[in-house]
Amino acid sequence: MTADLALIWPELILTIGGLITLMLGAFAGDRRVALYQIVALLTLAAAAAAVAALFGTDASVFSGTLAVDGFGGFAKLIIYAASFVCIAIAPRYFGEAMRAEYSALIVFAALGMGIMASSRDLMTLYVGLELNSLASYVLASFMRSDDRSSEAGLKYFVLGALASGILLFGISLLYGFSGTTDFAGVAVAMGGGIDIGLLFGIVFVIAGLAFKISAVPFHMWTPDVYEGAPTPVTTFFASAPKVAAMALLTRVLIDAMGPAGPALAAWQQIIIFLSLASIILGAVGAIGQKNIKRLLAYSSINNVGFMLIGLAAGTQQGVEAVLTYLLVYVVTTIGAFLFVMQLRDADGRMVESIPAYAGLSKRQPGLAAAMAVFLFSLAAIPPLFGFWPKYLVFEAAVNAGLVPLAVAGVVVSVIGAFYYIAIVKTMFFDDEAESAIRNDGSRIEGAVIAVSALWLSVIGYLFIPMLAVAAASAASVLF
Amino acid sequence: MSGLPILSLMLAIPTVAAILCLFLEAKPARQVALAATLVDLALGIALWANFDVGGAQWQFVERADLFGRFQWALGVDGVAMMLIVLSTFLMPLCILASWESIKQRVGLYMAMFLIMEVIMIGVFAAQDLLLFYIFFEGVLIPMYLIIGIWGGQNRIYAAFKFFLYTLLGSVLMLVAMIAMIREAGTTEIPVLLNYDFPPEMQTWLWLAFFASMAVKMPMWPVHTWLPDAHVQAPTAGSMILAGVLLKMGSYGFLRFMMPMFPDASAQFLWLVFGLSMVAVVYTSLVALVQSDMKKLIAYSSVAHMAIVTAGLYAFNQQGIEGALIVMLSHGVVSAALFFCVGVIYDRLHTREISRYGGLAVNMPAYSLFFMLFTMASIGLPGTSGFVGEFLSLAGIYEASSWAAFVCTTGIILGAAYMLYLYRRIVFGELTKDDVKAMPDITPREWAIFVPLAAVALWMGVYPESFLAPMRGDVTTVVARLAPAKPAGDAHVMAGKPKAIAPHGEAHHGGGVQ
Repeated sequence: MTADLALIWPELILTIGGLITLMLGAFAGDRRVALYQIVALLTLAAAAAAVAALFGTDASVFSGTLAVDGFGGFAKLIIYAASFVCIAIAPRYFGEAMRAEYSALIVFAALGMGIMASSRDLMTLYVGLELNSLASYVLASFMRSDDRSSEAGLKYFVLGALASGILLFGISLLYGFSGTTDFAGVAVAMGGGIDIGLLFGIVFVIAGLAFKISAVPFHMWTPDVYEGAPTPVTTFFASAPKVAAMALLTRVLIDAMGPAGPALAAWQQIIIFLSLASIILGAVGAIGQKNIKRLLAYSSINNVGFMLIGLAAGTQQGVEAVLTYLLVYVVTTIGAFLFVMQLRDADGRMVESIPAYAGLSKRQPGLAAAMAVFLFSLAAIPPLFGFWPKYLVFEAAVNAGLVPLAVAGVVVSVIGAFYYIAIVKTMFFDDEAESAIRNDGSRIEGAVIAVSALWLSVIGYLFIPMLAVAAASAASVLF
Repeated sequence: MSGLPILSLMLAIPTVAAILCLFLEAKPARQVALAATLVDLALGIALWANFDVGGAQWQFVERADLFGRFQWALGVDGVAMMLIVLSTFLMPLCILASWESIKQRVGLYMAMFLIMEVIMIGVFAAQDLLLFYIFFEGVLIPMYLIIGIWGGQNRIYAAFKFFLYTLLGSVLMLVAMIAMIREAGTTEIPVLLNYDFPPEMQTWLWLAFFASMAVKMPMWPVHTWLPDAHVQAPTAGSMILAGVLLKMGSYGFLRFMMPMFPDASAQFLWLVFGLSMVAVVYTSLVALVQSDMKKLIAYSSVAHMAIVTAGLYAFNQQGIEGALIVMLSHGVVSAALFFCVGVIYDRLHTREISRYGGLAVNMPAYSLFFMLFTMASIGLPGTSGFVGEFLSLAGIYEASSWAAFVCTTGIILGAAYMLYLYRRIVFGELTKDDVKAMPDITPREWAIFVPLAAVALWMGVYPESFLAPMRGDVTTVVARLAPAKPAGDAHVMAGKPKAIAPHGEAHHGGGVQ
């Protein structure tokens, strides 16, 4: 028991840090924004350090319900880093409305996501997922007085609750037909053949998790929630929970259902469908969008589809590709949402409408160039680094014999390119819009944008060997 | 060589200059860009001078294991070297051509051109499949911005069309590359060149590469992006697009599709010949009826590139050498022709042919240069066009006399549309007042025309300087293709030489043989 506790330092740190933040908020009042922000940031940094210190361990704790391994570590580092950024950027956005709960909720969400990424049991899976979800519902409606924000929170909650129900139903079926909630035990049961109960279990569990990664056809909430939630929260939704849910889905598919045997055929076709549907709908749905946050929501659906291509391969190479993709995607997404946060109109309101970006490159050349890098990178146009993860997932698919899937994926990626370059067109080709857009970003935000844009330009390629080693050691845990 | 990483240097200099240009005002940006491209030209000439003709197939080889999964592998053979020299030759001229006509966002413009140069050199120098793809696709971004920001009226449509068309072609090639890497277990192009892919696989790989290269070339019927892109692009953009970017497609044919998939190449011979034959005649006829100068030259580019594809697929020494010379010649001549259009466009701001006329009177020097390049485009002996077209047609004739017949028709049509264009712009009455007011070419324009003219004539008079470095590579490709080569319909037979008779009997026996 004590030995187990020593292995979950990151989770312990987050729990204690989150509680301290909450207490500070209750006793020190809402004015001391900087104080609990710093506490929350330090908590996340400490947790990340703890994860780094635990690298190389491969153990199961608490009777095999939670894994402490490289795979979880890789995902947790991205999650904590993304959460860190989302806390750091918040005060300027919220201004007077900033409260201690924001930081605390993100820390708790990060805790839940860490548990998701390292769960090895259907019950811990559910606990982690709900911990994250509940924090997320509140975060979505964080601007209480804002209609859109409240609506986003409510929508997210109702649909999220439905998805949780579906997931629980699937879990109960898996438990009922395999007699265990342990991933390894479920895998053993699946190895003996898939009967109708297990099959239903697989379908419902995947459906519940597909909601979390917003894969089509469980994506409906995404554009509304992304648009309605405050931008720092949207940044958060688009980054960290995607990593957690994707890691969780990977673990469930590979650990609990098995990368080979009868289960593979069962889940592979579902994932292939989800991936193609997400890619196509994400690409087509984005074309008509005028709001940048809605557009980025469709873009995230589209990107999830590409990640699922890697997952559909069901090989170690595929999982490595997914992990690399997640990292690059999170960097790009955070950069793109930070860009959205930089621009305000003359009245100080956020500018979220794409036509208002017209001619931005003349007034804000640096910012427009950075956004162009993010967009071309999302469209996976080399030499930008966004090309590399897409290459990896296609390679994994081709090597796993899924050539038609790869071909369909690349062809649809051209449709996706259309709306990305349409934004570049608005920023670079169009004449300046009349309404003045000013950039009132802080230095920190500018620095984050600059660093991520630079990394996504050709410089990222130099990190490929490092990334490959990290992703390989993380993915090898599952096989 | 001497150990100096000359190719990396050629990539590094424009990169640094491009970053610098982004932060500079208009005037210093122009100077930096010109200086950088001139240094690259000097390096390009050094490359040519130091190239060991008849030496190793791959020279100036550099390897650095930077990216784990693939390498920073550069190296050139004769073909790649000549295309790099072509790119570095055209770049300073492009910068000069936009010296005055580009007034807005000059720093960004120059940066984009310098990045284009990096990418073009990279495409031809890459010795790693993925590195090649990254450069090959990378060209989309700068070209998209060049057309979209500094283009004409309908620039946005043209930029989108260019981007999406070429992207759609290329992504299929990416899947093919993944399959190749999986099959052969390496990303190194020199190894892949000698790898025998299974014939059925070759068919698919060939088709995927064809989708990409045919769009880039462009071949009929996927050429429609080209007239739009050319018409809307600024002059220098058109110059580089016609001069070098189109050559990436034919380079892809020669570097990848023919030596890597010889069986599939033979299998699809009919397709390439068929499309080329249609293209030569159809696009020439379309060029005849154009009222827009740039569109006319754009269509003529499609026709010339069709002769390149047909020449390459002749599978013999003359055909391929001829195609290569057509590539180089078209690179120089079409760039020059687009510049000719740019010169008068800068003065009158219209591309309508009917708005001009009688330029021979007030712009004699211009008319002379325009005449030279028109003749070079037609393929008049003594100009670069003749050498390439003659050689490639000779090669095509050996492979298929029908194809040669149709392609030659295209050359006749080429003469028709070019001379017709020339007559309408340069000859005739000088009636329009604004045309009368147009001054002859400036020293800056002289500086652009003279090198272009010199090279067009040099290539026409002494093509050996250009052919010599490439000959060995062509022989290699021909040898690689030999087992798959279908029998041509020319039935070439050894002639019956006259018996060498002693002097005295020559009178009697001579004709009897």
